[in-house]
This record gives sequence, structure tokens and C-alpha cells, in this order.
Amino acid sequence: MKTNSDMVLSVDGLRTEFRTDGGTLRAVDGVSLGLARGRVLALVGESGCGKTVTAYSILRLIRPPGHLAGGSIVLRPGNGQPVDLAALGDESRELRAIRGSRVAMIFQEPMSALSPVHTVGDQIDEVLLLHAGVDRREARRRTVEMLRRVGIPSPETRADQFPHEMSGGMRQRAVIAMALVCRPEVLIADEPTTALDVTIQAQILHLIKELQAENGCSVLFITHDLGVVAQMADEVAVMYLGRIVESGPVREVLKNPRHPYTAGLLASRPGTSAARHLPVIAGQVPSLHAIPSGCPFHPRCAHRLPGLCDAGPAPALQEISPRHQTACLRSKELTCLLRTPSVSSASTTIPSSVIDP
Amino acid sequence: MNTTEQTTPLLRVRGLCKHFPVRSRGFIRRVTGWIRAVDDVSFDLARGETLGLVGESGSGKTTCARSILRALSPTAGQAVFQSASGPVDLASLPAHRLKPLRREMQMIFQDPFSSLNPRMTAGQIVAEPLVIHRLASGSTLDDRVAGMMSRVGLDPAHRHRYPHAFSGGQRQRIGIARALIMRPSLIVADEAVSALDVSVQAQIINLLRDLRDELGLTSIFVAHDLEVVRHLCDRVAVMYAGRIVEEGPVEEIFADPRHPYTRALLAAAPSADPDIPLPPPVPGETCDTGNLPAGCAFHPRCPDCFDPCRTIRPELTKAAPARRLACHLASTTLR
Repeated sequence: MKTNSDMVLSVDGLRTEFRTDGGTLRAVDGVSLGLARGRVLALVGESGCGKTVTAYSILRLIRPPGHLAGGSIVLRPGNGQPVDLAALGDESRELRAIRGSRVAMIFQEPMSALSPVHTVGDQIDEVLLLHAGVDRREARRRTVEMLRRVGIPSPETRADQFPHEMSGGMRQRAVIAMALVCRPEVLIADEPTTALDVTIQAQILHLIKELQAENGCSVLFITHDLGVVAQMADEVAVMYLGRIVESGPVREVLKNPRHPYTAGLLASRPGTSAARHLPVIAGQVPSLHAIPSGCPFHPRCAHRLPGLCDAGPAPALQEISPRHQTACLRSKELTCLLRTPSVSSASTTIPSSVIDP
Repeated sequence: MNTTEQTTPLLRVRGLCKHFPVRSRGFIRRVTGWIRAVDDVSFDLARGETLGLVGESGSGKTTCARSILRALSPTAGQAVFQSASGPVDLASLPAHRLKPLRREMQMIFQDPFSSLNPRMTAGQIVAEPLVIHRLASGSTLDDRVAGMMSRVGLDPAHRHRYPHAFSGGQRQRIGIARALIMRPSLIVADEAVSALDVSVQAQIINLLRDLRDELGLTSIFVAHDLEVVRHLCDRVAVMYAGRIVEEGPVEEIFADPRHPYTRALLAAAPSADPDIPLPPPVPGETCDTGNLPAGCAFHPRCPDCFDPCRTIRPELTKAAPARRLACHLASTTLR
């Protein structure tokens, strides 16, 4: 069992809500995560599950109509006092000093993370000038070196290019360079390789691992790809509709998932099954406006029991083996989800509210 | 159907090229170079067959598919399509003669958000091809739209809703219904499942597979995800820097990839099993088709590169009964 001081980042009971015309959306609803020092924690889920909002909340980047509705985000730097990011003022100096230097982020969409009117080199220089206390000359030297590290050819020339002069892949590399240039203690990587080609993705995954090993940085890796999770992470947390439904050591969760949603995600990967039809999770992710009662996954679950799964509050995570937790109410009976037909066939009836757009 | 119709490929592509000029800055905008996005691509597509066109961004797979459909005009080469009224070379056909052929060739796009007109209802979108080609109207049109919508797993009662009211997977179903309502003989699907979440992606893959078997569709499936291609295609052509580097039956290519690039692609896909580590990646950038290296375009990244690779461009030649390969090494060692 890891003690608190081994955790460089502890998120506890995080809630992030968005006020909309249709009511309050609970995008993140009581998420707790512990990122151990020097480790990689993957946060995995499909679009809309709240994984990106969780990342934005940790960096306090949520803007109206969204707001942090509760919870704590404690950062324990290697040298210095623990600080609760959730308690800091929205644009406070402390927060600005932490962002980009101690906690850095790689965004999913490279074009929105880069300014279109500054050269890529100038933008990376700026991070160094702000946080590293170096002069312009040294900043550019480190920028060029970093661009080389992320695999940008002729980095001296490329540093003087604008984002629009680069390909999508190049832009994402520049964003990665910008995030890593100050050697952050915590790196939040939000789908950093989703936009990259698979051979380049493999390079970047290796690169992130290398850099992580070099400076012992901890990574919160957000992805939808269980393959990336398996290769990159030590621990994994699976999110569904704003809640963590399963978490634990990667090997255990991926080899013996104990939540039907995790099992369904694993089974529906093309290439996993030689069958003519891929196993699918029935229906689709419901809207956050209409989160099902009981277990939020029950309308799509092949193992749901009427009366148990569809009523009451959403089930809490329960420990089923050391550090392996699942929020499935039937976890005691459902012990080998990957071997049993864990995902529904087409004949399963789904309430129309789930199919309806 | 007579025998020639069965043996003649539905589509025969020969030496297809699409080169884009690179112009200098300023007023004159001289042509300073060429991007060889698609360079000398040849393949046959038999009736009822699904060919996967795979490669990374910039490999020319999308440009190739679009050049065949004449969404882009090819620079050189032929794309002979067996239309209902006989063979036509799509590459050289004057633009006004293309429109009647459009009902026989349809496209499914990658992005279910930008490929649907937000001001049209789902029903109007699906019906539009029939309306444009004046193939149906009134209640016939309504019936066909409703039939097609339920066939792709959409509730016809939702035909009056606009695209924004549908999820990503459902929008992709709308795009598929729009493409199939003409009963085209050739479908080009450009990364049709790439933008979807894995659980939804599996549903759409199953749908495409059912439709293919049921309607006997002939299709070109452009994708970067090899596992998706494996699940949906009969044959696969791997493209690199605008050229096909390896082509053959899908299971053979997966079981025994011979081109170092194909091997690199297969190895680079991360396995969901933590006990199968990601092998060391191939170095280097995806190739810049505006500035091709001499010899084999893959040689700067190739782990097995030897002398001829740096100077002589390997031709795509027959490597096994149903396979073609463009690699010096494989053709010397495997003989």
C-alpha cells in the first residue's frame, strides 16, 4: 500500500459540473486518483466519459459554464510543501507558477495548444523564459535540443516556422516538446498520440517512457486506446459517465477485468477476436443529461440484474484484491468476465432511451 | 451475368499518378517542385472484393482513392471502371460525363461531423442522392429512405432530426445510408471508422461487414488501422510515399509481412496485452512526398537497408501467386 507521501498527485472526490440550459451536467462525479511518484497512471474511457475534463480540472483550466464543485487536488512536489490546487485562486500566481513547470500538459488538439501568430520556437522559448530563468540564447538552445528530442528534423530551421507551416504530426511533436522542456514533475498527457501515425506514435510512446525514466516524472496518461494503456501505464483507471468504474494495476485490470464495461472495451477491439462479428457493447453512451439510475452502465450491461443494478445510487468502488477496485455490484459472482460471454449479443433488448439520440 | 463480366475486374487501376505543384512565394508563383502524392499506383479490384488501402498520413491513400473517384483529377494513368453501360476510364473522362457514373460510385467519409450538412435533416441527407439523380420521389423516396435507415440501424422515425441530434456513431450510419441508397457498385470508404470510439467502432465494423456480404459490395477501404482492415478486407495494399509497397490477401500479409515497412506498421500497433511489449520503433519521419529520397523511399528508415536500396527504386513485382512486393531485399532473399 502506498502512503500519501509516495503520491505526487492525489485527487480526492473531484466533482466538475457544467451549468447548461438543460440543467447541471456532472461531467466528473466524485473521481479519486492517486498518481505515484515516477509512475504512469492511465485514465481510459470513451468520448464524453469525463477523462479530459478531469485533466483540465487538475490544471484548473475549467472555464464557465463549467466549475469545480468539490474535491481536492493535492500536489506534493519533490521539494516543497504539498499544495491543494483546488483551493488556489483561479488565476493566482501560485497556480501560474505550477502550470507549465511542475505540472505540464500535452493537449489532444495541437492546433489549439499553439498560438498561430508566433513561431513554434518562440512559444517554447517563452515557457523557458517564464519558468527556467534562462536568457534568450540559452532558451533557444534548449528549445532546439528539445525539438530534436521529439523527432523534429532540422530543428534549428523548424523552430522559426509557424504552426500552420507544420504538419499535424509535427505540431503535436512541438506541443510535446513545449510540455517537456521544463522537465515537469507531473505530466498530464491528454491523448498525445491520437493524432499521430502509428509508427510515429510508437516513437513518441518510447520517447515519453525515456524522458520519464530520465527525470523520474510522473505521468497521467489520458487515452481511449487500451493498447496504449497496456504499453505505457503501471496503473489504470477506467471512466464511464464521469465516474471511475474500475481501477488497479494494468496487468490485473487488462488480464482479468472485473467490470463488464472494461471487459466490453477489451473485447470490442478489432484484432482481439477472429469471429466474423466483433463483440460489441450494446447501445451507446447515454447523455450526461440522463444518467441512468443505479449502476450507470446497467442499460448496456449483459450481466445486469433487475432490482439490483438499476436502482439506488451509483455503486461505489470496492476493493476486490489489493489495489484492484471495481464499481460492479456483481463483482463477487462475475469473476472471469473475459472468458464468459461478457458482452451482449444483438438479441439483448436495450431500453429505447439508450438507443435514442 | 456473362463470364467476361465476372472475370473482368470492376476497377482496373494502371499507373495512376497525382502530382501537386509546389509554387514559389510571391506574385509569379513559379512551379518549383512537385509533390508526388500518388505515384504509379496499379491494382485490380474484383467484383465483391474489399481492398484495404493502408498507410500513414501522407502515404497517398486518400489522394489515391479520391483520384479514382475523380474527386481529384489524376495527373496520369488509368482507372477503368466497369460501369452499367460498359467500361470507362474515369481518369480521362470529361467532367460532364462523370455525373451519371456517380450513382455507381459512392463515398463514405471519415468525419461524421463535417460530412453531413447541418441544415438538412437525416432523412433529407439520406434521400439527397436519389433526389439529385431523379431516381425516386414521393412515397417511393420515403420508403427507400426509411428502408435504408433501418437497414443501417437507424430508427426511421428520427428522419426529421438534424445531424447535431445524433451521436458520432449514428452520424456515421447516416453517411453509410447516404452512400448505399444508390445501390452503388463501388464504395470508397475513407477512414470510415477512425473517428469513432472503440465500442461504437465495433458496431460500425460489424454493420459494414454485414452490408458487404448482404449486398455484395465492392469497396476500397482506406484506413490507417491495420486491425480494422484485417477484419473488413479481403486484400490489402500497403502504401508508402505515394506508392504501393506490398499487396496481397489480408491473412497472408498479416501472417507473413515481407516489406520492412509492413512489418514496422504491424509491430507499431500497441497490443492490449501488457506482456507483449512494444518493439523498438522504426526511426525517422513519415516520408515527405515533395522531397523523395533516391532509391527506395523507405530506405532512410529501413532496418534492413543495403546498397541497391539507396540508388535503385524497387518495382512492385509478383512475390507469390497473389502477392506483390516492392523491396530489393525480399526479392533477393526469397527467390
